[in-house]
Amino acid sequence: MQARRSPAFWLLITMVWIVVGFLLAPMFITVPISLTPTRFVSMPEGEYSLRHYETVFTGDAWLGPLGDSAMVGIGATLIATFVGGAAAIGLWRLGGRTARIIGVLALMPMIVPPIVTALALSRAWVSLGLFDTVVGVILSHAILGMPFVFMTTSAALEGLDPRIVEAARSLGAGPFRVVRDVIVPNVRAGLITGGLFAFMISWDEIIVTLFVSSRSVFTLPRKIWSDIRDNLDPAVAAVSTLMIVATLVAATLYLARDLLRARSGAAR
Amino acid sequence: MPSPADQTASGSGTPLARSLGRLDPYWWLVAPLLIVTIGLFLVPLFNILLLSVTDPEPGLQNYERLATASAPMRVFMTTLRICAVTTAIAIVLGYCVAYAMAHLEGMHQRLLLVAVLIPLWVSVLVRAFSWLVLLRDQGPINDWLIGAGLIDEPLKLVRNELGVVIGMVHYLIPYAVLPIYAVMRGLDNRLLFASRSLGAGPATTFFRVYLPLTLPGVFAAMVIVFVFGLGFYVTPAVLGGGRVVMLAESVSVAILQTVRWGYGAAQSVVLLVLTLILIGIMGKTVGLKRGFG
Repeated sequence: MQARRSPAFWLLITMVWIVVGFLLAPMFITVPISLTPTRFVSMPEGEYSLRHYETVFTGDAWLGPLGDSAMVGIGATLIATFVGGAAAIGLWRLGGRTARIIGVLALMPMIVPPIVTALALSRAWVSLGLFDTVVGVILSHAILGMPFVFMTTSAALEGLDPRIVEAARSLGAGPFRVVRDVIVPNVRAGLITGGLFAFMISWDEIIVTLFVSSRSVFTLPRKIWSDIRDNLDPAVAAVSTLMIVATLVAATLYLARDLLRARSGAAR
Repeated sequence: MPSPADQTASGSGTPLARSLGRLDPYWWLVAPLLIVTIGLFLVPLFNILLLSVTDPEPGLQNYERLATASAPMRVFMTTLRICAVTTAIAIVLGYCVAYAMAHLEGMHQRLLLVAVLIPLWVSVLVRAFSWLVLLRDQGPINDWLIGAGLIDEPLKLVRNELGVVIGMVHYLIPYAVLPIYAVMRGLDNRLLFASRSLGAGPATTFFRVYLPLTLPGVFAAMVIVFVFGLGFYVTPAVLGGGRVVMLAESVSVAILQTVRWGYGAAQSVVLLVLTLILIGIMGKTVGLKRGFG
């Protein structure tokens, strides 16, 4: 189409890259700040230091929360993937009106504002004796992650031919074997993507965590949160930089895998 | 009609038992989700609703206070104002980015998509921290502007509504881009050729054909961005510096600081109802699945 390559289009492209700059650039301010030799947040001038990284990796102040976050994240991901994935497969097989209603129900934890969920779970966990326990935090994060696993698995199932199940059944496979050996391998990508979402949600969760824990479970976002509110510490910049780098590495790996698969798919 | 007892018999080879067996075993897969969602989510949610009309004593006084006192009204208006401004900016910028993404090809397009997706994976706290550092009085932006001789006094960029809007727009742009992009990509380009070949100019084609066709995506994006904004907690709390109190922070103050559960519960019920109404409208008009990209 002619209009695509008009000057107006290139003006738009320029503007769009400015917007992208606005999206990406601010996050990298943490890199220089984390290298400052001073004890307060400042831009380093000629002199760099790794002291704030040392702070992060020595002592329990940051490593403790890091461990808590990893434990909670893994636990929540496992539960969310199992519960959300199983439900998606079950509802796909069942179909009909009831399944659709349950499907909307399954999305509720994603739709309800986090602060409302926080209040609800806080009250419930206190009465169930789960308040400020690892199990309680894992459960609350799993509830928040479930809808995402449910969505990605349902999306993967949409591309699956239901007759594959009939075929397996007619060859003598029981329902358990059908799910384990036929359906799950076919929707593995959906389950993994959903699990990744669930982990990232847990890893980043702060609002519900603030309300279902206090001292004995202290996740990384909670540590960052209390540090930002008290005073600006360059150690937060160091942690932020590490988290951004981890994100970029993960994104690159994910894209590379995608690219590889696309290439091998094309070769087949 | 088979008796209910027959329905539990599954796994045997007869065609009748097999078709009945379909009903049974798959409910076991759905059961954990039903138990968790209802028992550990919906029931606690219902308890909050109950709490808002029973604490500190039965009655509607919590809601009465919300409707009549000036402080909660101010919080409500601040929330709506910030959400409206943020949504407007995020949608306009998001539409431009989505348009570019839908009309570019190859590497350029892929790069743009990745650039939009990366911020989604960066912690909301990290982003709030970055903006706080960038925008504060002694921050790089003010330093640079003063160093360049453009201003004498540092600009007040943060710990006010401006800072909150900047942080929220930054967070919400990707959520505006994705639903709009999904609609644009599904569009039949032959419609635009038809419009052009019938004599309409580029501007007419855009405003009379392209824009109306992409409005469902715009609408879905608006609802998502606005609803997200309503529940924002971290960004206003960090970048507003206690001076800009939005609904979610007001709820948290009621619970964590003044310990008035009923009042906090009433505010969260208002937030929840508003959210559900907006999502419900989107579900009816655009469809939930399309809305969430």
